[in-house]
Amino acid sequence: MSPAPAAATPAHALELRKVVKTFGAVVALRSGTLALDNGSIHALVGENGAGKSTLVKIIAGLYQPDSGEFLLNGEPASFSSTAQAKAAGIAVIYQEPTLFPDLTVTENIFMGRQPLRSLGRIDRKAMHSEAIALFDRLGVKINPDRPARGLSIADQQIIEIAKAISLDARVLIMDEPTAALSGVEVDRLFAVARSLRDEGRALLFISHRFDEVFALCDVVTVMRDGSYISTEKIADTDVDTIVRQMVGRDVSELFPKQETTVGEVLLDVQGLSTAGVFQDISFQVRAGEIVGLAGLVGAGRSEVARAVFGVDRYDSGTVIVQGRRVPGHDPAAAMRAGLGLVPEDRRKQGLVIGTSVARNLTLAIRNQLSRAGIITDRAENAASRIWASRLEVKSAALDTEVGTFSGGNQQKVVLAKWLATEPKVLIVDEPTRGIDVGTKAEVHRLLSQLAGEGIGILMISSELPEVLGMADRVLVMREGRITAAIERKDATAETVMYAATHGGHDGSAKGGAAA
Amino acid sequence: MRHARALATARETGIFLAFVLVLVVTTTKNPAFLFSNDGFRDLLLTPATLILIAVGEAIVIITRNVDLSVGSTIGLTAYLTGYLFKTAPDIPWPVVILISILFGGLLGLVNGALVAFAKVPSLVITLGTLYAFRGINVLWTGSNRINASDMPRGFLALGTAKLWVIPVIAIIAAVVLIAAAWYLRNTRGGRELYAIGSDPDAANLYGLRVTRRILLAFITSGALAGLAGVLYTARYGTVDSQAGYGLELQAVGAAVIGGVAIFGGSGSVWGAAIGAVLLVTINRALPVLGIQDFWQQAVVGLLIIAAIILDRVLALRTAKRLTVLTGEQA
Repeated sequence: MSPAPAAATPAHALELRKVVKTFGAVVALRSGTLALDNGSIHALVGENGAGKSTLVKIIAGLYQPDSGEFLLNGEPASFSSTAQAKAAGIAVIYQEPTLFPDLTVTENIFMGRQPLRSLGRIDRKAMHSEAIALFDRLGVKINPDRPARGLSIADQQIIEIAKAISLDARVLIMDEPTAALSGVEVDRLFAVARSLRDEGRALLFISHRFDEVFALCDVVTVMRDGSYISTEKIADTDVDTIVRQMVGRDVSELFPKQETTVGEVLLDVQGLSTAGVFQDISFQVRAGEIVGLAGLVGAGRSEVARAVFGVDRYDSGTVIVQGRRVPGHDPAAAMRAGLGLVPEDRRKQGLVIGTSVARNLTLAIRNQLSRAGIITDRAENAASRIWASRLEVKSAALDTEVGTFSGGNQQKVVLAKWLATEPKVLIVDEPTRGIDVGTKAEVHRLLSQLAGEGIGILMISSELPEVLGMADRVLVMREGRITAAIERKDATAETVMYAATHGGHDGSAKGGAAA
Repeated sequence: MRHARALATARETGIFLAFVLVLVVTTTKNPAFLFSNDGFRDLLLTPATLILIAVGEAIVIITRNVDLSVGSTIGLTAYLTGYLFKTAPDIPWPVVILISILFGGLLGLVNGALVAFAKVPSLVITLGTLYAFRGINVLWTGSNRINASDMPRGFLALGTAKLWVIPVIAIIAAVVLIAAAWYLRNTRGGRELYAIGSDPDAANLYGLRVTRRILLAFITSGALAGLAGVLYTARYGTVDSQAGYGLELQAVGAAVIGGVAIFGGSGSVWGAAIGAVLLVTINRALPVLGIQDFWQQAVVGLLIIAAIILDRVLALRTAKRLTVLTGEQA
């Protein structure tokens, strides 16, 4: 199929041919085929559950393939540990950051391969200055001496990237590195990725954002249901073709927002402030309305959501649900008042990993289910079956451990958990982060349907198309303040981005807004 | 300047100041507590055994494990030391010391292997070996007792020997402490112990040799308990089946008081050692201050709880400061 080689083609930097991986009866990878070339950025796309993560874990040495070929520079390779893959020059930036919270940023970058002086002593000075050089190269300001604990996901990703770059890896695999980065940070990352490509390295870039794939990559491979579908040059293909190959069908409606009649005010937040985090936050959410909360990562959006729901304390302001004031710092009271929060970090805040789907689904309604303080399996299963089927959670059995699910299905479980409490207002924080196109559309359809039923929805999202497509009204935050409230008809990528980067108060801006 | 500030804010400094306070108050009441020959010697000598096992315990706790068997390990190695002197007097005493340390390391290897390979939490494993080792000890010793007359004079001299004014046993503890602190701070292996305790899953993803490091941590703890058993024998000159009884909880207590986080990943052996000195010195100071015996354990308990509350407050303050910093950065 590919153009006939004129001379002897140089070996691929990394090549997988018909690699198979099964876990018991589950086939995670049916036929994984991938060829990465030096000096090229290769995109790998596919729905969640298509086998991308399994493929990456095989390359990283975390899984061993059952069959198939694995070649590195034309030589057969097989890794029994991540250390071996690393030694062979393969660096992986995982979707979920893997940092040591108690250690400093610098130590996190160099763990296991710190520069040494005589007597096997770690050369702290060299390590420190190398960390600073790395951050300069990435164009970010992170204190290399601070502990990793408390870093935002965006910063943690940056550290992952710095780590991979410092490894001087020949093959660099990035599993959705941009999922939590703001526009500026993405641009920076792309600049670095291009310079790494120009140095002759091979890069694999996994993303659900097609604009990024087309902006950055040279070649794209599509996977579906654990199998290889196609590999094409970016110049020879387009979004529609790729989406068709990914889902095996046409996705016409990505953002199916239904028109609804907007009703009474359900959630009324007034003058909410927490020193150093956000100031003077006031907004309303009405019945049947989807309010988008946009802004750059770090603008304080999630913090507002957590304060409204009562997870975090706030210094001043009031939260009113259906005319009744909700006491601060009391999530149980917030739930009773009719609030629900679907958090940003599914694995840590939304699910009890290690327990069953049924247990997770019924987590928020345990009091209703119990008879004299005892919950039977039967009650649990009966209650969860309704929600599992309504959301089409793909699960053979409700007793499956929830941690084994793909990101999309995990998100559906979290959503279902909150819907079981029959909330009046649902706050969803990055509802489709790390979710494939097909499931994304399902989540959108569901949110839209809920709004149609009269629930008020506050949707925090970093994906502009999602905000613009779904929201009736867009609130934009910047540096802890709401800088704009834009109606659906006026909301464009430009107006929202302008408010997110320039708008409102101007404490320390460098006079950029006027020009 | 930077060093001075780091020293002032270090977790270990607070514990050290608490120790100085106890010392000053007690010495004011009775100057002999510090300014007599015996007083000064006891100040350095009595904590030595506990320092050794607290250092080993700190290393294990840093990896998010715990070793409850150290007291029983002291019991077995102390008796082994005496037993070898009695039954095989031809072996030179330095070799006997070495054998006992190696035997302690072997007991540590048993713990480590069960934890690292069988993947059973160390709390359960070492609770088991705490009783198992002591049981073996009682079976082996019965009602026997090994006395000073069974041991070579050179070995017993170790228990009372001084270098200038400093007891040799205290010097041994100090050397072990400095070596362990140096290793933990300056080598890859040492830093990896912190990494493993901070997030074991991440450590696996990094390709760190988790199993091997955990094994080594337990072997170190066992070997240090072995050394402590030897020094116990040298100092008291008599061993029965109850040597080292209950010391494991003092070791854990010393580490926690010294700021070693019980969930791993942070703290230092310096802290654990100062914690050990503080514990032992308080126990000696309370009778001098006229406080009744049965208050002593309560005081130790309060100290542990105070240390944990302090850690919690400090952690929250740091978290808040970091959040504000990040907010300004964005």
